[in-house]
Amino acid sequence: MSSTLPAGRAAPDPASESVKRNMTNPPQGHAVNRGPFADKVFGWLAQGAAWLTLALLFGILLSLVYGAWPAISKYGFGFLTSTTWDPVKNEYGGLVMIYGTVATSLIALIIAVPVSFGIALFLTELAPAWVKRPLGTAIELLAAVPSIVYGMWGLLVFGPVLASYVQQPLQDAFSGTPYLGALFSGPPVGIGILSAGIILAIMIIPFIASVMRDVFDVTPVLLKESAYALGSTTWEVVYKVVLPYTRAGVVGGIMLGLGRALGETMAITFVIGNFNQLDSLSLFQAANSITSALANEFAEAAEGLHQAALIYLGLVLFFITFVVLALSKLMLAQLSKSEGTKT
Amino acid sequence: MKLKFVFPLIGALVVVGAVALPTMSLAQDVTGAGASFPAPLYSKWAADYNKATGVKINYQSVGSGAGLRQIEAKTVDFGASDAPLKDDELAKKGLVQFPMVIGGVVPVVNIKGINPGQLKLSGAVLGDIFLGKITKWTDPAIKVLNPTLPLPDAAISPVRRADGSGTSFIFTNYLSKVNPEWKTKVGEGTAVNWPVGAGGKGNEGVAAFVGRLPNSIGYVEYAYVKQNKMTFALMSNSTGAFVSPDDSAFKAAAAGADWAKTFYQILTDQPGKESWPITGATFILMHKAQDKPAQASSSLKFFDWAYKNGDKTADDLDYVPMPAGVKAAVAKAWTDNIKDTSGRPIGWK
Repeated sequence: MSSTLPAGRAAPDPASESVKRNMTNPPQGHAVNRGPFADKVFGWLAQGAAWLTLALLFGILLSLVYGAWPAISKYGFGFLTSTTWDPVKNEYGGLVMIYGTVATSLIALIIAVPVSFGIALFLTELAPAWVKRPLGTAIELLAAVPSIVYGMWGLLVFGPVLASYVQQPLQDAFSGTPYLGALFSGPPVGIGILSAGIILAIMIIPFIASVMRDVFDVTPVLLKESAYALGSTTWEVVYKVVLPYTRAGVVGGIMLGLGRALGETMAITFVIGNFNQLDSLSLFQAANSITSALANEFAEAAEGLHQAALIYLGLVLFFITFVVLALSKLMLAQLSKSEGTKT
Repeated sequence: MKLKFVFPLIGALVVVGAVALPTMSLAQDVTGAGASFPAPLYSKWAADYNKATGVKINYQSVGSGAGLRQIEAKTVDFGASDAPLKDDELAKKGLVQFPMVIGGVVPVVNIKGINPGQLKLSGAVLGDIFLGKITKWTDPAIKVLNPTLPLPDAAISPVRRADGSGTSFIFTNYLSKVNPEWKTKVGEGTAVNWPVGAGGKGNEGVAAFVGRLPNSIGYVEYAYVKQNKMTFALMSNSTGAFVSPDDSAFKAAAAGADWAKTFYQILTDQPGKESWPITGATFILMHKAQDKPAQASSSLKFFDWAYKNGDKTADDLDYVPMPAGVKAAVAKAWTDNIKDTSGRPIGWK
């Protein structure tokens, strides 16, 4: 044994050399042979996934147009301005739902953006370290609450509170005032555009706030400290340093929230009142949204015009979200362009 | 970020496929889809039937309209609908329909100090409330019916279904019969162009709205009223008598219909001193010509079993079973109308 081992070991030096080469070569060879193939497959898969998404998008668009065709050919763009929604007489117009969707999302944004900004600002600039993490997590947790829970809560808890502590006082205060009085007219029952908008705001705040906080966090400390050193107040640092630096992220976060608000269904269905008439522009008036109309009526919609009109509504929503996204991209492009000229 | 969701989705699809395939391969199992109103009863019947015979009945509560679409497309063995199809429509689609159980739609109110069964309403008044013509509880038309009741001087908040539903069909069909203005302005259907009122989703949504809004009025299924002890109103029927919603009043309404001629019977505003005016049956739809006779036979055996053994379950769940005479007529209709492709009747005994 002891004789063979050294012998084997001492065996031809060139051989051991070749062994050595073999030891290093095979992996190299494998890397050379398998690498490009695996890379190619991965490349195809990745590319395929990207194209598949695009194909799906067009597929959805095409099937929506196809499904909505009876309504499109009958009403054309008049569908967008008509307020009649009468399944019995088979007359359909989408303005009530389009108005409801846009109005509730707008109210949600008006409330959610400043609040989210405040939350993000507090968490990144003002809060002591020990509050940051638990508070941030708690706000993110809000995003995990299922929307039906918000809907039930809005109907059973929030609605009555809103009715007796907000709507009635507002109505008393503004009755007789032109414009504002009309805005607050209608039955103060806690169901309608305003309550739906507020519920939506609560739902999108965690999204916007967490995106804002993340982008605020990446602002280089150097920039902030320099501004402080020049004697800026916290507000000036945030407004003139952090915000310009993170503009793209902030707009992105807001758009994410808006997208969610436009598409929200269950929570809205509970609190908006599902009322297909546009009698007044009052914020207290029960109304309807595109998503809520779809959820409520699709299962029972008779084949033909009713179903086509509902799909047409879906197409309109698709278009609205598309426009919102395109606008945000455009806005960002414009912003970065002006940034280039400034420096 | 977005790609993350793709993999669970694929996983979910695989799982769904794996679950769906074996159940589809068993020929004996039967699938039905449609109305949500009888869904709790059908599910209970299906469970009991499965225990008794081992045959599985899958019922999908997707809504009457969707049920009709699915049976027309033959993706299910039977469809279920709260609104019956007219005889000529049935013939055109090659379908047979028969009633399974009876239910009632009941107006419910939330007025402080008013107990269940105290408020009296008529069809005309109910129609005017939902048209927005009667807006206060102190309206003379309501006062005439309830001279002694302390009704508040408050605005009425009407509540109705937001989703298309058989309950709405029965309710609007009744209002169309008793209120001419309702008929011309709104009409009847599973979804209509409601002139006023907040819309709740499902019976539970309407019940929640009525419970929440003071001085409101809505309409829900009888089973819902009973289980939640809601404040129901008495209705005057076609004879002018005020009736309370209960099993016997629904049965009385069903007894008056002439089932021997056609199963197209809408039981609203029926004659008879005892009959509840807003009553309706819920229906099963099947194809006349069956290219899958084994499935059809399984379905009919299940319905036959439900007619014979399911009455108690129906009672427990606050549905009203069909009268014996109607059941016999339905059994005769099965033999007469449901055939396989070669024209032989489907065996179900």
